[in-house]
Amino acid sequence: MRLMANESAYDFETRLRQHQLELQPQTVETLQINMGRLCNQTCLHCHVSAGPDRAGEQMSRDTVDSCLAILARYPEIVKLDITGGAPELNEHFRHVVESAAGLGRHVMVRHNLTVTLDPHPVTGESMDWLPAFFAENKLEVVSSLPYWSSYFTDRQRGSGTFDRSIESIRLLNERGYGIEHSGLVLDLVYNPAGAFLPLGQEQLKKDFERELMQNYGLSFNRLYTITNMPINRFREMLERRDAFEEYMEKLVGAFNPCAAGGVMCRNLVSVGWDGRLYDCDFNQMKGLRIDIGGPVHVGNFDLKKVLDRRIVFGEHCFGCTAGAGSSCTGEIS
Amino acid sequence: MNYFESDDLKKFPAIGKFRGELARKFFEYYGKVMDEDGALTRREKALIALAVAHAQKCPYCIDAYTEACLSNGADPEQMSEAVHVAATMMAGITLVHNVQMLNKLDKLGV
Repeated sequence: MRLMANESAYDFETRLRQHQLELQPQTVETLQINMGRLCNQTCLHCHVSAGPDRAGEQMSRDTVDSCLAILARYPEIVKLDITGGAPELNEHFRHVVESAAGLGRHVMVRHNLTVTLDPHPVTGESMDWLPAFFAENKLEVVSSLPYWSSYFTDRQRGSGTFDRSIESIRLLNERGYGIEHSGLVLDLVYNPAGAFLPLGQEQLKKDFERELMQNYGLSFNRLYTITNMPINRFREMLERRDAFEEYMEKLVGAFNPCAAGGVMCRNLVSVGWDGRLYDCDFNQMKGLRIDIGGPVHVGNFDLKKVLDRRIVFGEHCFGCTAGAGSSCTGEIS
Repeated sequence: MNYFESDDLKKFPAIGKFRGELARKFFEYYGKVMDEDGALTRREKALIALAVAHAQKCPYCIDAYTEACLSNGADPEQMSEAVHVAATMMAGITLVHNVQMLNKLDKLGV
């Protein structure tokens, strides 16, 4: 098949039409902010292509304050979901967490576990204050752990990551995270260590619970399974192995109309480190800006316009609708 | 053109081109056994299938169940051990037939 530039063989909108699906925005329940691409890890699957060398792309104090102003103005946005990179490495992380918690919002942080143990990649500062800070502000902690043993985890996230992740979960458990009735929630995120789809969130949760408890005495609350998105670093890996088309065919073949109805972009807005708005974190990484008829920055956010928008879709959206579906909170259906 | 093309696995449903009702019954049976947790989990079934695939030397099945094992949460250590189970069984099956040879030798007075 010959394609023009920017044209994809995998047309998500056509597939939606075939199933008589119209995916309009429903709410903006969650404001998801990407605080920057700086990270202490360099993961094979990372859709952000984050790493220690990306210190130049960090959310500024002005942009952080614009995000907080949105929360203050719109009480119907009940959750703040903080992501990165490793968002804790942004110098304004404490400010945004404390301010959002002060506004009564439910605050979630996408925490890669080892950031607590590694020195800050730029300043060298110790990050060991994180577990106590999370607990004081009652953050929901959402952490990647690709498997309950070292093989997949280290392969995906770097040598030694599994052992240090276990140590970090222990620190969180000691603060009450993942412990029943503590009120402190620790969710783990599983994503496949290669070009295959995740199956069975419930079954995997039982395995994670059993293995982490038996082998390490650790506990957590929920397990989310997330599909690897065919963009950035993961896409490059697929292309190096001549496996991109095969992976896309898997995603397209596993299209689930029920999962499509629950895609996350219908209920959140994503803010880039530079304040630009997107329908989701994946569109953000692809540079597909939110479509409300002009350039939109967090500084001129208008909820009505955002709710009236047409969501921008692309071939990567098949990643959210494959099988049981995939979102920032795991399976959809 | 080779006798085994990996893309041909996608054509498996085409076996229903003739006597489709028989193929349908097979695929229903297959789905019921393999796609649901029962007394065995889907992971355990996928590991058994991977071992059988090796014993029967089916390249389609090896491709399909390598991926099915991973999707169901098995890791390469478990998968490799399943293949060793198949290899052990195949060796054992060969060697246990040696008893038949020994019986025959005995009968022949050797």
